[in-house]
Amino acid sequence: MKKIEAIVRKTHFEEVKQALFAADINWFSYSEVKAIGQDRQDRIYRGVMYSTDIISRIEITIICREQFVQPAIDAILAAAHTGEVGDGRIFVSPVDDTWSIRTGEHGDTVLANKK
Amino acid sequence: MITISGLDTVWVLLASMLVFFMQPGFALVEAGFTRSKNSANILMKNFVDFMVGTVLFWMLGFALMHGSGNGFIGSWNLFDFSFYPDTNIPKECFLIFQTMFCATAATIVSGAMAERTKFSTYIVISIIISVLIYPIEGHWAWGGGWLSQMGFHDFAGSAVVHTCGGSIALAGAMVLGPRIGKYAKNGRSLAIPGHNLALGALGVFILWMGWFGFNPGSQLAAEGTVNATAISHVFCTTNMAAATAGITTLFFTWILYGKPSLSLVCNGILAGLVGITAGCDLVSMPGAAIIGVFCGLAMTGSVTLFDHVFRIDDPVGAISVHGVCGILGTLGVGLFATDGGLFYGGGFHFLGVQTLGVLAIIAWAFCLGWITMKVLDKTMGIRVDPRIEEEGLDIYEHGETAYNS
Repeated sequence: MKKIEAIVRKTHFEEVKQALFAADINWFSYSEVKAIGQDRQDRIYRGVMYSTDIISRIEITIICREQFVQPAIDAILAAAHTGEVGDGRIFVSPVDDTWSIRTGEHGDTVLANKK
Repeated sequence: MITISGLDTVWVLLASMLVFFMQPGFALVEAGFTRSKNSANILMKNFVDFMVGTVLFWMLGFALMHGSGNGFIGSWNLFDFSFYPDTNIPKECFLIFQTMFCATAATIVSGAMAERTKFSTYIVISIIISVLIYPIEGHWAWGGGWLSQMGFHDFAGSAVVHTCGGSIALAGAMVLGPRIGKYAKNGRSLAIPGHNLALGALGVFILWMGWFGFNPGSQLAAEGTVNATAISHVFCTTNMAAATAGITTLFFTWILYGKPSLSLVCNGILAGLVGITAGCDLVSMPGAAIIGVFCGLAMTGSVTLFDHVFRIDDPVGAISVHGVCGILGTLGVGLFATDGGLFYGGGFHFLGVQTLGVLAIIAWAFCLGWITMKVLDKTMGIRVDPRIEEEGLDIYEHGETAYNS
């Protein structure tokens, strides 16, 4: 089992979502994240210029079995790519165990699609 | 013998409703241009202004303003406005219309003092404005006092309402000092963006609509050709100045900052409305357009001046919008009045009277405002503790917040 964390542009979230569905990733969580980077955005409020380095992105978290890892990564790489600076990152890390709260089962079969 | 006119009465009552609707307009502008942690406090202050104004203006303010008295102050008729004659409208109709104006003058102040004023002290400030500062200078210009005897013209209150409110706002913001975090250690001005410009912009639209009661309603009549023409003309000049002031601000900020600034265009529209209020009946349509342009330029310059040079923290721009543009509008009558204005060959006399009038009102409102704030600062305390200011007035002053998930 692996955990895939991907930080992608907000504007590409919809495409990434469709691509992940196509790669048989049926369930994942996401959240809006704010990051601090080198990129400055000038703003004006009531005549005062100020700049923010806040970058708004969406972070997707997927826990999946080994055979789905590479398809998921390929899907994100294709769907979130623009070629400009700021397209994001993908992090992959091992997951020790997974438990189903409903049934009490554990192991990677918990992640199998039950449909 | 003038008989009461039903049409006039309905028009003035309708206009009163429109002026009343300026209260939510102010509330939304002030709430939108400040941070969400202080929204409940801002809304509460706007309610206080209107409620206190209603009671106190009826109790005493109306008599001090419109009683015969002398040139300086009206009469002392406590809980009694029966001295006032019925004219083309009943006295109660006039009372309610005037009450709306009193509350408007008071509510201007809350924006400049936002996000750091102790609530209990603010109630006292609101009382003093409603019963003392506003009615007396109002008597000078509108109640048969010394300014009106000199021929001072302020149709709907650029000076009487707006410059008065703006001057008290200036005194309040000066005594309070800037919000925590408004200025960097080296004195550089920092932006504290308002939490919801959509609320602010809706407030500006509402105020724009309310002004169609504020200005045309001040004709106090609608019946007959003369009045019908006059209120229609006032409608058009009022709208024109708002539009040209907004457009001017749009392009002026575009040139200054590289982008057209919504937060300042909101102020710009209000600046034009404040500016046209004094002369909306006497100036022509081009005159109104020019007054609007000057108000847009002056307001933008004034916001920057007060913020960066004087370092007076005015979160919503009340000093610039109401104070500065009120002055400009009052002087504008002396320049642009088609009958008696300097640019129409009327000479300097009218302009001189307008200048004297607006200076007198500034001096009165600012001095009394300053004394009030200073005395309250030494007695009740005018500013909340730094910790309350940082965590928000909503929780510590009211125990409830505007936004609850």
